[in-house]
Amino acid sequence: MTATINKPARFSGVNSGAKRKVDTQLRRKLGISAYILFVLVPIYWLLNMSFKSNEEILGGLSLWPQNFTLDNYAVIFSDPSWYMGYVNSMTYVSLNVIITLLVALPAAYAFSRYKFTGDKHLFFWLLTNRMAPPAVFLLPFFQLYSSVGLFDTHLAVALAHCLFNVPLAVWILEGFMSGVPREIDETAYIDGYSFHKFFLKIFLPLIRSGIGVTAFFCFMFSWVELLLARTLTSVEAKPIAAIMTRTVGATGIDWGVLAAAGVLTIIPGLLVIWFVRNHVAKGFALGRV
Amino acid sequence: MAEIHLKSLAHSYSAQPRSAADYAIREMDHIWHQGGAYALLGPSGCGKSTLLNIISGLLSPSEGEVLFDGQRVNEIPPEERNIAQVFQFPVVYDSMTVYDNLAFPLRNMKLHESKIRSKVLEIAEILELQPLLDKKAKNLTADEKQKVSMGRGLVRDDVSAILFDEPLTVIDPHLKWKLRRKLKQIHEQFNITMVYVTHDQLEAATFADKIAVMYGGQIVQFGTPRELFEAPNHTFVGYFIGSPGMNILDVKSCQGGVEFNGVQVPLDAELCQFLDEVPSNNIKIGIRPEFIHISNETIKGSYECAVIHIEDLGTYKILTLDLAGNLIKARLDEDQQVPEGRAYVSFPKQWLKLYVDEFLVEEAAQ
Amino acid sequence: MTKVENNKAWFLVLPVFLLVAFSAVIPLMTVVNYSVQDIFDQHTAYFVGAEWYREMLQDPRLHDSLLRQFIFSGCVLLIEIPLGIAVALMMPTKGRAASLCLILLAIPLLIPWNVVGTIWQVFGRADIGLFGWAINSLGIDYNYAANPMDAWFTVLLMDVWHWTSLVALLCYSGLRAIPEAYYQAARIDRASKWAIFRYIQLPKLKSVLVIGVLLRFMDSFMIYTEPFVLTGGGPGNSTTFLSQTLTKMAVGQFDLGPAAAFSLIYFLIVLLVSWLFFTTISHLDKAK
Repeated sequence: MTATINKPARFSGVNSGAKRKVDTQLRRKLGISAYILFVLVPIYWLLNMSFKSNEEILGGLSLWPQNFTLDNYAVIFSDPSWYMGYVNSMTYVSLNVIITLLVALPAAYAFSRYKFTGDKHLFFWLLTNRMAPPAVFLLPFFQLYSSVGLFDTHLAVALAHCLFNVPLAVWILEGFMSGVPREIDETAYIDGYSFHKFFLKIFLPLIRSGIGVTAFFCFMFSWVELLLARTLTSVEAKPIAAIMTRTVGATGIDWGVLAAAGVLTIIPGLLVIWFVRNHVAKGFALGRV
Repeated sequence: MAEIHLKSLAHSYSAQPRSAADYAIREMDHIWHQGGAYALLGPSGCGKSTLLNIISGLLSPSEGEVLFDGQRVNEIPPEERNIAQVFQFPVVYDSMTVYDNLAFPLRNMKLHESKIRSKVLEIAEILELQPLLDKKAKNLTADEKQKVSMGRGLVRDDVSAILFDEPLTVIDPHLKWKLRRKLKQIHEQFNITMVYVTHDQLEAATFADKIAVMYGGQIVQFGTPRELFEAPNHTFVGYFIGSPGMNILDVKSCQGGVEFNGVQVPLDAELCQFLDEVPSNNIKIGIRPEFIHISNETIKGSYECAVIHIEDLGTYKILTLDLAGNLIKARLDEDQQVPEGRAYVSFPKQWLKLYVDEFLVEEAAQ
Repeated sequence: MTKVENNKAWFLVLPVFLLVAFSAVIPLMTVVNYSVQDIFDQHTAYFVGAEWYREMLQDPRLHDSLLRQFIFSGCVLLIEIPLGIAVALMMPTKGRAASLCLILLAIPLLIPWNVVGTIWQVFGRADIGLFGWAINSLGIDYNYAANPMDAWFTVLLMDVWHWTSLVALLCYSGLRAIPEAYYQAARIDRASKWAIFRYIQLPKLKSVLVIGVLLRFMDSFMIYTEPFVLTGGGPGNSTTFLSQTLTKMAVGQFDLGPAAAFSLIYFLIVLLVSWLFFTTISHLDKAK
């Protein structure tokens, strides 16, 4: 007669044996690598060219610069009429993002929370503006902004870009806001928050990633647009993209400087995508999954 | 038909586990017999879902073997294991009708469409899904969806075990018992091994013939609901099963028994001898509130305690008592006299359990 | 979610309304105004009614570029949507590799459109571009500036390079929204890869794909800058799309009336196709 302790064995040594299906994994990796290569090679080619002199570019094909030079960049950074182009573009893009968010946030809130006379028509009408070809608006814009004295200002371009960015922003934000339960609004009001305080202190932080993605989209479409920006400016607010056409001179195209200018236009985009990279997976679904 | 044997099984999510804490499943040996209705009961994070996924093959264990009828299946993917699994949140194929959902596993097996039809109709009848067969699955309510995902497991002739991972979590309370009864019925009808994961002891006890209680990556006890109640093999089982759970007191070994705060509790000679031999200082005694004997006056072997609180639950009362600085709970039946201020408790020997290192010390059969 | 009836919400929408009215309604009215007049100079204009519309609808320039436009947008959708889905399916699902992929894929989207044109203008040239050089050294005679087929191919390739990422990123975030249990259930149901794609992934991707198709249709239908920089619409008129025809007419030849009529027809076509697409999708949804 002995008492025993009814205890299972303690954990013992370690042996590992993990097996995976390597085959499909490998194929996926190869596929995505191939596609990314396809994306990167043309950009690399531009970068490659920007470090070459024109003689080298036209002299023959080489996969990397044989005589590495920064001269092309020096041309841009030493000439205000060049680098001010970047400043101009950044200025109107920032202005546009700010204006767009300021007007789109309350509107999106109204669409996501309230029923009001004409709401559906208004929403649809807003979206139709995203479908308007910018080419249609070239002349009228030019005349309109000239007549109100806005021609060749950053504000003119920023306002013109609102044409397609505001509808998009309202639409994206509405999706995100509809994902926030109404009860949160009601609880806040019961707790004695005013609308402004609730909106700024509680609601906006909740849709942070939505705002980030909206800003990203606005930046993207404003930064890459050229047709309107070029038409509405002449000297003071001329965007970098328009200045690039200068490289076509009497002696032919200055490929090196053109490439350097192009490379420099990619950098702001890279910075922006770096900042929103963690929101992309969730945000790109635009709150609609 | 399958008997599921987990042999020296252990699993760690980290590639180089260093200590016991790195293991989601600590080394265990366990057998689920063919045709049984089992519950796997434990708090969240104890490894129950991990264990379930290892059985179904969604997860490959880092150590040990999974044997179906003695055959090692570690390397066999879930689709070839003849096992169905129902998840916590109902998984239905939204774009398909209920009929197509039920037919899906059979179509994947390339069965003949007429065979599929008869099988689907049969299962739909059992699950009472016939009126919904033409409906899109995405328009169903949560309990209907869960029935559909169970149905997908049942239509397959080759399924020998169904694993349920807390399948009733999202179901309305009044529908829960209905679905549970349905499961029980299906179990009787089909002779399928069923393993039901839950953290609800009531759910486990009503569904299963035998319950495996999991705690900290181990199965600490495997037994009938009655066994779990009467002889918890681990302090956790005592605490987790029953409402309120077992009273568990930290004690020290002393001459002829154990003592705490000056209170001496005598034990059998055999247990005392065992205590003398173990090096551990982690000694506890446990007794269920239901088994504590209460009286108004002192009797032999009783301890005096102060009545702190009385909770009236209708047919019975729960007393909270202060026994030498330890709070214990005791159950008082309707017809018993309610003590005032003081009470005298005694611990019937057969219900007083001794735990060393949290595990029960059992006396050999007498 | 139930919405509350509240007309005060108009105050919240008012800023948007005013802004868009300023930047869209006034210009649009100007266009409408031009489209019904014959304008000689700032002070002389005659009302011509629907004359310009009649003329434009019979104008071969419109017909040709409209046809090219539809073929182009059709090709763009046919290539970019499936390719974008495939890229999204191949992307790593988590960790640093996923972040890196996202960033690299997004790069083409953030390059100014004329720079996109420039990149391919250079890249495709046989003398200084890797791509043009590589194709030619394979023994294929390739010159996008001289051969219409090559020009088309290059413009399409450029658009695929430029925009497939958008579809891929939309789909990627759609795929991330599918709970793991769906894949597990599918494995247990012995679903094939194709069945998983067809019955789990594709249905979940539907809403993002609608967005993707609409955006890609609209933007490819309005394309201007990239082909303008790459080919200048040539050789001949082979890659001259609607926006370019319109700009030539309005800015180049200053035919304000016809250009305005052209603009409105153009706008209406975009609206009509988008609307058709949208109602078909929602009808299909209800029909099931």
